[in-house]
Amino acid sequence: MALFALAAPFAHAQATGDLGLVVERASGSLLVVDQSDRARIGRIEGLGDLSHASLVYSPDERFAYVFGRDGGLTKVDIIAQSIVGRVMQAGNSIGGAISDDGEYVAVSNYEPGGVRIFDSETLEMVADIPSGGKTIGLVDVPGTRFVFSLWDKGETWIADMSGGEAEVTRIEGIGSNPYDALVTGDGRTYIAGLFGEDHLTALDLWQDSPAPRQILPGYAEGREGLPVYKMPHLEGWALAGQDFVLPAMGQHEVLWVDARSLKETGRTATYGQPVFAMARPDGRHVWVNFAHPRNDTIQVIDSVTKQVIHQFSPGPGVLHMEFTPRGHEVWLSVRDAGKVMVYDTQTFEKLREIEAESPSGIFFTARAHRTGL
Amino acid sequence: MNRLALILALIALPVLAQEPDARALERLVRQDCGSCHGLTLKGGLGPDIRPGALSHYTPEVLETVILDGIPGTPMPPWRPLLSEAEAGWIADYLLNGDTP
Repeated sequence: MALFALAAPFAHAQATGDLGLVVERASGSLLVVDQSDRARIGRIEGLGDLSHASLVYSPDERFAYVFGRDGGLTKVDIIAQSIVGRVMQAGNSIGGAISDDGEYVAVSNYEPGGVRIFDSETLEMVADIPSGGKTIGLVDVPGTRFVFSLWDKGETWIADMSGGEAEVTRIEGIGSNPYDALVTGDGRTYIAGLFGEDHLTALDLWQDSPAPRQILPGYAEGREGLPVYKMPHLEGWALAGQDFVLPAMGQHEVLWVDARSLKETGRTATYGQPVFAMARPDGRHVWVNFAHPRNDTIQVIDSVTKQVIHQFSPGPGVLHMEFTPRGHEVWLSVRDAGKVMVYDTQTFEKLREIEAESPSGIFFTARAHRTGL
Repeated sequence: MNRLALILALIALPVLAQEPDARALERLVRQDCGSCHGLTLKGGLGPDIRPGALSHYTPEVLETVILDGIPGTPMPPWRPLLSEAEAGWIADYLLNGDTP
């Protein structure tokens, strides 16, 4: 019996490298999925309001920190498939990030506006950074720092946690109503999309005093802005070859920008207003989904020719795409079909459908090792 | 085309949607208004639109806001996608419906 007890943990050992979690937004649950088996292997329930929820992983790929819309921060154990900690840290929140050393989890809040930072082990709050308004575009960058922007004030703040307390640097003049932001994988370039202006704003975080720089000025000049039924997401940013691909606000278009010079290198007309423009991990193709009412369709763009090479309609409400770490397959959440669909990214053949309740975000554990997600 | 896709297609073509389809519109409010106002409508990037927060508006004002949006804010005009009858149904649903 003692021998059995000793052996039991090994008998149940589960590697996490090809696991993932799918947010079931309406039912407040997560599906645990196995990427190589293309299968669901469990469900974790009781996470509250998961509309617009996102999550990050601990460096050991065992724990996920889930950011719910209702202000709940939940720590789940992906091996045990259970909740191990949960705090209601705000009234209304919109995403988060984990520090490079895995010590801190930061949450971006609408109500009360600001960022709160928690000990990743205990979920005790270690820093409270009120901003007086809604915060968006929260990312982690090297140096145990977090970067985020203020919707109402048009500022970007850097919170340095390397000393164990938040040391905040404010950068003004980002522009009117930043709605989301991205940071490049090297943690150098932070780009905020602006709802209120006809450009985006970049910061070079390698500078001692980063100064706002307009990029793509006047990209929609002379054209009528279309009604925006869903804000684009920049955190699924794409580096395809040497270019970023960015969704244009209020246009049926994606914009290509040279990653070093930040100059425009091209535009591609698309089927609808892009929400996510995500490069396959090798950068060869970019997959784009669209805002309501054109959210049943995906387009695939070749990053060399910048031409659309494939278009298909997986089903109603294609909300999110997640590539396998080396990009051979992509998982799509098709909300109103109640399915996650798995596609081969070379042949575009559908490989599997997985039942899910109103699925939205899909997050594979490989994200644990990438900056800025 | 499955039923949901058909409903979404009908929403996109107001000329075909003579009678407001309550189920489809309720779904639209939850899922698509919910993109900004939250799935429970208690607010997100957009404000709280539960009955308590909207009680000082008339249905006519809400219908106009839905159809024409609020210029200078992220609230878009829904007129390209919704008929007046559908916007009226949504205004009534927000004020008097079974929302939390």
